[in-house]
Parts: sequence; structure tokens; C-alpha cells
Amino acid sequence: MALTLEGRCIVEGNATGELLVSTRSISFWGDVDPATGSICDARHELCHVSVAGKILAFPMGKGSSTGSLIFLELARTQKAPAAIINVRTEPILTTGPVVAGHFYGVRVPVLTLAQSDFDKLISGWMCEVVVAPERTICTLAQ
Amino acid sequence: MYLTDDEKYILDGKRGEAERMALSILVELGRLHGAQRLIPVSQVHIDATLYMVDAGIEFAEFMAGGNAKTAVPTSLNPSGVDLTHWQAYRVPPDLLEKNRRLERAYMRMGAAPTWTCAPYQQGLVPRFGEHIAWGESNAIAFANSVLGARTNRIADLMDICAAVAGKTPEFGLHLSEHRRARVRIDCRDFSPDMTEDSALYPLLGYTFGKMAGDRVAALTGLPPDVSVDALKSFSAAAASSGAVGLFHLPGITPEARNLEMCFHGKPPEQVFDITADTLRNAAHGLWTLPTDAVDWIVTGCPHYSFAQCRHLARLMSDKKIHSSVVFWVFTSRMVYALLEQNGILAELNRAGIDVFTDGCPLQYPKTRWHFTAAVSDSAKFTHYCRSQTGLPAGLLSIGECVETAVSGRIQRKDRSWR
Repeated sequence: MALTLEGRCIVEGNATGELLVSTRSISFWGDVDPATGSICDARHELCHVSVAGKILAFPMGKGSSTGSLIFLELARTQKAPAAIINVRTEPILTTGPVVAGHFYGVRVPVLTLAQSDFDKLISGWMCEVVVAPERTICTLAQ
Repeated sequence: MYLTDDEKYILDGKRGEAERMALSILVELGRLHGAQRLIPVSQVHIDATLYMVDAGIEFAEFMAGGNAKTAVPTSLNPSGVDLTHWQAYRVPPDLLEKNRRLERAYMRMGAAPTWTCAPYQQGLVPRFGEHIAWGESNAIAFANSVLGARTNRIADLMDICAAVAGKTPEFGLHLSEHRRARVRIDCRDFSPDMTEDSALYPLLGYTFGKMAGDRVAALTGLPPDVSVDALKSFSAAAASSGAVGLFHLPGITPEARNLEMCFHGKPPEQVFDITADTLRNAAHGLWTLPTDAVDWIVTGCPHYSFAQCRHLARLMSDKKIHSSVVFWVFTSRMVYALLEQNGILAELNRAGIDVFTDGCPLQYPKTRWHFTAAVSDSAKFTHYCRSQTGLPAGLLSIGECVETAVSGRIQRKDRSWR
């Protein structure tokens, strides 16, 4: 079964990977361990799960301003997610991927989906994102 | 996005790779958040000053190594350690060296070695309506809401780029329409006993931030004579529990002389009340201490002002802290110099209190100090203590912190509202 969803381009780029869906907000500072790339907040449903190379979906950024720095470290050590899918995004969240692209040449596309489409995402499915201002598409396959 | 000839020149790399990269990052962030142009800022406060990961050092050293200079006066948030009293602070050599590398990079770029999270009390104070680019959540909330300056919540790394360019993309809180309050939060039922108690403000800010989230909210019901340090505690707490960049206190916030100005003449989208019950729930949520045992008393989150240090010295008078506890005050180098010269530092030291500069208590050298339980007069510290240090913590007033320090056991006075 395959599913194609239309989204909105935030940071351009293409990526393919396994979906990792969090129903809760994520702050890269505090929630993700920069040394391992795993979720480290004990209260989080995905605790100990690695975000490296995943298409990471979470509703919105929690917006700690140090999150961008942790994201850059993940890019430096090749533990960054392959792409980020949000319902709502904000500048603190986008700074990490933008700087990682310019500084380390690690391009992590960011897109938003409508809540109703975000709800269709399932962890473990394969996902391809094509994120461009003209058209942003997210294709899922089991 | 509109680019000036000078900006195009820099983007072509004609002023070097570091300046090109700083501007490229700002332009891309501006584009994706709908900015039409970059605007000049009068000053920058860099948050990415504390060693946390090697990527932070690599980025700062790239900028400094590329001869990028701060284009406008730039202050620095705390270092990861006390760079001045590092021996007394028991800083391991490797941790000191990582922070020194950041120090060398920022000094080479021409930043001011303020190393403080309260830059608004250190001489780099923007005026009403001034566009600035600040990192550090408490400082952002304070600058927007108490001083009436205009800054977005600048993320780490973007702050460095803004310092190098002297510019920031114009969107969000730089534009009047995004500064309108959407939500009204009311605490009209508070008695003067409550609003005159400095212990109210961290808890009130924490409750307010939870309700406001990332929306601009107006808080009604406070008297207009709230102290600067109480507003500092409020800002820090609100920006810890919520993504608060700007709040309106009618009569205090410069652009919000009255309620109508908070909402630009429109009605609020939602109205909430804060009652004594709401505060009690917040106080309960912030209290994670399992017993009344405590060995670490922390103040200065955000960095203590001269007035707060003086007040603490008065509260201690001739008392001494108990041998089972450590009492730390964090402040800036500038306040430290004042304390040193007028004798307050000696008074605090005689009482057994250690005063540190430059650093952040949440990032103390954990391998060299072995604490088990903390209390603080800061809701921000109490909120982050568990996740950042692994220790349980409790929020007290500064008077209770002193009594706790002297007796070596938690001393908590009954207050009707908590």
C-alpha cells in the first residue's frame, strides 16, 4: 500500500528513509542525546530510539534555542535525521537544518503537513520526501 | 527577498567565506519565514557561548578564523564554566579548554566578555522600539516585554550570524502586527500581600508561560511598581514553561500603556484566570524533593543583580550557612567587581556563600561536586534542574533559601497561595 501526501516546503531537499513518528513535540536540546542521536527524555514514548537517518515526524518544535546547536552536532557526526515533518514549524527549529546545510553540507529537508495528513504517518513505514517551493510531496509505503 | 548591493557583494564572497556564510544563513532563514528584507540591528546577544558540543566550537572558530568581526556591539551569554574563578569552581582541565576555545573565538571576533544571561543589567541596554537580535530566552522575553525593544527568539548559531552581519531578517516580533496580544490572562484577585512578595513572580511567570505557550499574552492585575528583578524572575520563568518571546504587562510594557494597546483595540481570543489554586498547582509541579534534606542552595538564575546580592547580604547579616550545605550565587563580572569594591563580597564569603561569575549553575562541573538535592529562588533553575543535572529541586523564596542554608534543612513558610 502506498500513500501520497501534499505538504508545504520549509527547507528544500529530497530524502528517503524509515518514518519515525512522535505524537509529542521534540526539542533537540534536552530530548535528543547529541552523543548517540537517540531520544533521551525518559518520559518520551520514543526514549532510546535513534533519530539518525530517519524521516522524523513530530507535531511541532518545543523551541529551545540551543536545539539548533544540538542539531548541528548531529549533522557533524552523521546522526541527524534524513528529513523533518511537522504540522507547525518555527524559526528555532529550522535554524539547525539551515546551518547544517551551509556549514557541513548536510541537507535535511523540512516540510509541514496538515494535521489530518500528519495523523496518517506510521512509524516503520518507508517514506520519500521531495521538498521544493513549487511542490512538496511525501510518499509512504508499508 | 530584497537584497541591497552591499548584501549581494557579501553573498558573492567578496568579503570572505565567513561573512558570506553568515549572511547566506540569515537570508535563507528570512526567506523561509517570509521576511521581505534584512534590517540592521543595534546590538546582538549570543547564546551559543557555553561549550556543549564540538560543532559549536567548529562554527565559532570558522567565523573567527575567517576574520569575521562583530558588526555591532555584541554581548555573550554565560560560558560553560567560571572562566575567572575556575579553580574554586573545580573545573576539569579539558572542560576549561573547550570553553577557552569558545572564549578565544568570540574575543577574536570582538564580542564583549559579558558572560551573562542578564545582559540588560550590564550596560548593553536597548531602548524602546530598538531592533536587536538576542538569544537566551529570559533576556529575549525581558527585552521585548520590559524594555520594549524588538527581537525574535534567535536560535543558537543564527545569533552568531546576526552579530557578523549586524542584521536580522525582518519577520515575527520585529513587526508590530505580530506583537499584538492574543490572549488575556488575569490575576485581578491577587491581594497586595501577594503582589508585594517577591516570591510570587517566579511562580506567576511559570504559570503564565504554561498558559501562554507560544502566543503573545497580556497579564492584567499586577501593580505598576513591580521591581526590575521581579520582572527578571517572571521573564525567566515564563520563557522556561512556554515559548514566550513577548508578554504585555499593561502600564509596564512600553508599547502597552493600557489594555486596549495590548490588543491593538481588538478583543482577546481567549481569557484565562490565574488564581491562588493555579499557583499552588504550579508550585506542586515544580517541587521534586523527596524529603526535607538539601545540600545545594543556588541563586543567580538568571545572574543576580547588584540589588539582589545586596539584599542577600542583608538577609544573612551575621548568620553563617550550615556545614552540610553549599550556597552558590551566580552573577556577572561587572556586578562581582562592584561587590568586591564595596565589601558585600567579603560579607557573603564570611557567611560561607560562594559567588561565581561567567558560568551557569545548571552546567556545574558534575564530576567534581557531589550534590543530592537543590533549592533555589529561581523557577527557571528548578524547572531545568532535573533534566540538566539529574537532581531533585524545590522553589523557595530567597528568605527561605537563607533559612534553609543556615539550618541545613528545608525551611518553607506557609503562604496562602502555595
